[in-house]
Amino acid sequence: MSHRPQGLGEEAGGGARGRSRSGSPGTGDRSGRRPSRKPAPKAEGVTGRCGGPAGQEWAKGSPRPDSPQRKQVEHKRHREELGKQKRSTARRTREGRKKKNGKASLKEQRASPKKEKEVPKKEMWKQLKKRRSPSLASSASAGESLSEEELARILEQVEEKKKLITHMRNKPWPMAKKLTELREAQEFVEKYEGALGKGKGKRLYAYRMLMTKKWIKFKRDFDNFKTQCIPWEMKIKDIESHFGSSVASYFIFLRWMYGVNLVLFGLIFGLVIIPEVLMGMPYGSIPRKTVPRAEEERAMDFSVLWDFEGYIKYSALFYGYYNDQRTIGWLRYRLPMAYFMVGVSVFGYSLMIVIRSMASNTQGGTSEGEGDNFTFSFKMFTSWDYLIGNSETADNKYVSITTSFKESIVDEQESNKEENIHLTRFLRVLANFLIICCLCGSGYLIYFVVKRSQEFSKMQNVSWYERNEVEIVMSLLGMFCPPLFETIAALENYHPRIGLKWQLGRIFALFLGNLYTFLLALMDDVHLKLSNEEKIKNITHWTLFNYYNSSGWNESVPRPPLHPADVPRGSCWETAVGIEFVRLTVSDMLVTYITILVGDFLRACFVRFMNYCWCWDLEAGFPSYAEFDISGNVLGLIFNQGMIWMGSFYAPGLVGINVLRLLTSMYFQCWAVMSSNVPHERVFKASRSNNFYMGLLLLVLFLSLLPVAYTIMSLPPSFDCGPFSGKNRMYDVIQETVENDFPTFLGKIFAFIANPGLIIPAILLMFLAIYYLNSVSKTLSRANAQLRKKIQALREVEKSHKSVKGRATARDSEDTAKGSSKNATKAGTMPHSASQSQTLGKKAQGPGTSSSASGTMLPASSHLPISRPAGIRPDPGHAGPQTHPGRSASRKSAQRPPH
Amino acid sequence: MGNKQTVFTHEQLEEYQDCTFFTRKEIMRLFYRYQDLAPQLVPLDYTSCPDVKVPYELIGTMPELKDNPFRLRIAQVFSEDGDGHMTLNNFLDMFSVMSEMAPRDLKAYYAFKIYDFNNDDYICMWDLEQTVTKLTRGELSAEEVSLVCEKVLDEADGDHDGRLSLEDFQNMILRAPDFLSTFHIRI
Repeated sequence: MSHRPQGLGEEAGGGARGRSRSGSPGTGDRSGRRPSRKPAPKAEGVTGRCGGPAGQEWAKGSPRPDSPQRKQVEHKRHREELGKQKRSTARRTREGRKKKNGKASLKEQRASPKKEKEVPKKEMWKQLKKRRSPSLASSASAGESLSEEELARILEQVEEKKKLITHMRNKPWPMAKKLTELREAQEFVEKYEGALGKGKGKRLYAYRMLMTKKWIKFKRDFDNFKTQCIPWEMKIKDIESHFGSSVASYFIFLRWMYGVNLVLFGLIFGLVIIPEVLMGMPYGSIPRKTVPRAEEERAMDFSVLWDFEGYIKYSALFYGYYNDQRTIGWLRYRLPMAYFMVGVSVFGYSLMIVIRSMASNTQGGTSEGEGDNFTFSFKMFTSWDYLIGNSETADNKYVSITTSFKESIVDEQESNKEENIHLTRFLRVLANFLIICCLCGSGYLIYFVVKRSQEFSKMQNVSWYERNEVEIVMSLLGMFCPPLFETIAALENYHPRIGLKWQLGRIFALFLGNLYTFLLALMDDVHLKLSNEEKIKNITHWTLFNYYNSSGWNESVPRPPLHPADVPRGSCWETAVGIEFVRLTVSDMLVTYITILVGDFLRACFVRFMNYCWCWDLEAGFPSYAEFDISGNVLGLIFNQGMIWMGSFYAPGLVGINVLRLLTSMYFQCWAVMSSNVPHERVFKASRSNNFYMGLLLLVLFLSLLPVAYTIMSLPPSFDCGPFSGKNRMYDVIQETVENDFPTFLGKIFAFIANPGLIIPAILLMFLAIYYLNSVSKTLSRANAQLRKKIQALREVEKSHKSVKGRATARDSEDTAKGSSKNATKAGTMPHSASQSQTLGKKAQGPGTSSSASGTMLPASSHLPISRPAGIRPDPGHAGPQTHPGRSASRKSAQRPPH
Repeated sequence: MGNKQTVFTHEQLEEYQDCTFFTRKEIMRLFYRYQDLAPQLVPLDYTSCPDVKVPYELIGTMPELKDNPFRLRIAQVFSEDGDGHMTLNNFLDMFSVMSEMAPRDLKAYYAFKIYDFNNDDYICMWDLEQTVTKLTRGELSAEEVSLVCEKVLDEADGDHDGRLSLEDFQNMILRAPDFLSTFHIRI
């Protein structure tokens, strides 16, 4: 029984092969035509044919034991028919007759034991050949070569079918057709897969097929799983369908940022904070981990904590908490080294990920600059966003499309007029002047405020406003300047998309100016603290010295060490910087949320509910609902990230805070957008400006790298806090590790590498490499452009040809038909050239594309019956299974010679 | 085995997955969407492939389509008889073509059919006018419409026969930067 299915499968394989070889009877013309054209394979075709129906039944899942009998019947019928054909065909050679003999013997053999079928097919074929060879000495070689060729052809067909299966979804067919085609193809492949395996390799082949199937299934499941794992996908889709892709792009950006921050958080939390908390010295054991005596009473007050002073200041969130012990815990974890390397790798990872996503974004958009020729066509056929599923958005889209059409029409009509060029230029210059004034003013304001805050910090009891003046002023500037810019930008009369870029650039400059002023002021502060440090250091030493050497203590008992809270300590500028950044981040977050609550939500509530009892229409009139401010939000996000990058070295906990911030703002803003915003009046696409955002992010990353690198490389760390205390510079930690932990020769290598004599050539080399790559990419892009031109030229040539060709198609097809009939006659006379004629036939049908194929077929079928007696018809028993509608259609395509 | 979904057989689902760009889950979701359109019409058992059509009046009310000016055309193109009434197969077809995964060529082919209002395999002047009118809700004057149509023909008509063939259309649409992002419906 274990043999049975295999044998049946082989039969099926053989049957199907025979059918395909004899030119499937599904289409009458060919099945009629082919046998006469190449009689040689017919001999095997018969055995195959008998297998045909059985195979089909087997495929249907009902293996019938009595199939051989039926097969024989069919077999006979077939041969009778064939014999008739042979007799009736005038050009019959002796070889053909010989073949008939061979076939007769074959039949006898087939009628005898069924076991024959269970012999592995390859062997059977060999036997057949052997048996035939004495009588058919001349044609045997032809038959053999043909069988090989047939195999190859079937293999090709199976491959084609498989390709069809994988590309089924790309076919522009209705589903019903696709389904039947798919079933057809799957059946076909299933049948032939067994046949294609050769001898021992067959099982392996089947196994491989099984594995590929499993693999595909696994991949599918994995994809399913992956799409499920993308967070907030539904929320963003929801927003996208309501507000268009531009608003959604902000949320996608936010999500991306969240992912990046999670990685950074994992890095810092896992490699710095957790080891220090678990393995470092506990809180209160050394001065840097203890709240000083003077602050102790208020250290737990909320107002103090809210300013990140008190206990929070002396916690693992900030730089000052970390000890300068070289190794900690039983792992002998080198914390200072880890701290430094994590600080570096935060920047390294961020740079890498930003550049990578920029590169992957640009890969998609290669077809820029081609759109100039098709403004109207693109507007007509691609301007409607099929994603829109909200009537308001749809209304806006209608309006914006109409206006854009009108704009284009106006552009088209008045493209060469350029009337008010001077006025426009003047206005633009004026606008830029005003905006530069604003930027300078805001920069000065911040500088002034920061200076003042330094004075405040020296004074005692300052009010809340005076303490938070910097943050308040910066937030206010960030809130009011962008609308001001927008108002001024109205003067310029730019196209909105260009206008948006200008607006983004200006707000960016504002934020950047503010940030850098803030940084400079901070730097002043740091320098002040550094200059005081020496004094404090002396005081500390003096206090300790006095404490241990003062008289009035029993000399026999060793003095207990001074309580860490009582040790005088320096100001620890690193922690101060970290605190500044954390404060800025938190206040920024709060301002954003409050703006959303007041500016969007309360406004929406007011407009919605007061509209019933108000003099004018609030919804359509003045306050109306707020739009979602994409540029402001994106820039806010970018600058916030810059703050994180700058601050994370001095406040390792900052990234954690930021992760929380992004998480909450994801939910909060999603809710706010859906509840209280209206879609933009001009729904514009942000797909292209995504890289613009990324470019800004990269710039901010670079700019935030500068101050951190500066402080690391050129400022001495505080003497009594942080992991680098006691060292001259922070990067000395690397040198220390190299000297102490690595073998000496490695140290030498490092020293050698750090030699300027090596670094300068390396930099030169890098420049050269950049130059080289740049020139290569230029030549490549030039070649690309040329190729594109060529393709276009070719296309045009093709087009002109096609119009000529289209007229000649009918004539062509008739020619093909005649050619094929000629081939048939030739093949009848000399069977040795059967393969040639076959290829000829292929060529003849080759040019017939899917559209003209039907055209070629029709004349052929009408042509053939004339050249051949009507008796030669595909046998009815065979036509039976093919009456299945889908099947015949697919067979037609299966039969089409592989291109 | 606790397999609770009995709408389709396993094989049917596999086939649908081969024929569309959807995962099993999405197919089930689409089916429920389809079923929701006409709960009394569509059976909850598709293992025997019942011949059910949901009329266009219901298809057109889907939130994904109801604001689309071309919804009638979309439904007509994907329905079997061109009347907009859809079977589940047509429905799946439609959203498969409109899905994000569908390749440009396929989308372009169907976009052409959608914009070919009179089904003559060419986008002629009349089709273009229909498109513009639908896009702008008739806000443009007649001269403007004809100007726009002329410009479009001028730009995209490669063989200057006064109408856009599928080839012209593909040639043009394959260069459109926004085509892929706009010609899809999320569901």
